[in-house]
Amino acid sequence: MDARPLAHRQFARYILNHMVQYSQARFDASFAALSDATRRGVLEQLGRADASITELAEKFHMTLTGMKKHVGVLEQAGLVTTEKVGRVRTCKLGPRRLEEEAAWIESYRRLWASRFDELDKVVEELKQKEKSDGRKKRK
Amino acid sequence: MGAKKESDATSGKNRTTVERASERELVVTRTVNGPARIVFAAWTTPELFRRWWVPKSFGISLVSYEADIRTGGTYRLVMGHPSSEQPMAFFGRYIEVTPHSRIVWTNDEAGDNGAVTTVTFEDKGATTLVTIHELYPSKDALDEAMASGATSGWGEQLKQLDELLGTLSGSAGRA
Repeated sequence: MDARPLAHRQFARYILNHMVQYSQARFDASFAALSDATRRGVLEQLGRADASITELAEKFHMTLTGMKKHVGVLEQAGLVTTEKVGRVRTCKLGPRRLEEEAAWIESYRRLWASRFDELDKVVEELKQKEKSDGRKKRK
Repeated sequence: MGAKKESDATSGKNRTTVERASERELVVTRTVNGPARIVFAAWTTPELFRRWWVPKSFGISLVSYEADIRTGGTYRLVMGHPSSEQPMAFFGRYIEVTPHSRIVWTNDEAGDNGAVTTVTFEDKGATTLVTIHELYPSKDALDEAMASGATSGWGEQLKQLDELLGTLSGSAGRA
């Protein structure tokens, strides 16, 4: 038994949650997009397999126009991307992996920047101390 | 070189960069305003290291830190944070410690997926370029490290939103 991986995930998540306020606007858009049961269902569906708008409309017993609207909202929030090949528009989950990686890297960068900001203070103190010790020796 | 700016215009602090250099590597860089000798001392003197490794702004506390900083020596760092009752231990072994220029250590708390961290101090006179290079055993290990820090995977995000929305609509209904 090993509780560490979970603890580490919680820890890492805590750090990230702390640092992702910058993506608040993005989250708001996602949140709005996800506030609808059909749109959440569409995401779950696309998580299993890509699908055309026609297929989605059938699955959710909707008109093509209605489904196009839902997909448009998801697309604007960056949750879904669509591609038209011939006469069929295929939907799939958005470029979330890359975004997650970028968000992770940015949070990691902030962690290191904060560390270095503190290190700067320690280094500055050591420099001052060396200077004053040097002056004392010369006296 | 040329016009590459080292300092951040707004904070006046030196710039910190992080890059996924390859499938298995992360590289962090920062220029510190002091000679390598001093930066190395701040890194390898435990009572100084304690002052900067765990940034106050993150709400994390340093529970304990012991380190025998020499080639073959070991370290153990325990941190606590509000979202977990259990403090967390980070530990490993120093593969190489070369005064004023290089420290290499293992991150054994992650088991077989742990990275090997190499820190180099490049003395530029009044300043030092510090580079932290983390080499993971595989692409999967680094992906996993990054995924574990991500806010959530899809399933979890949807689940959380569902719960949140359930709470919101529930309370709105009662109000």
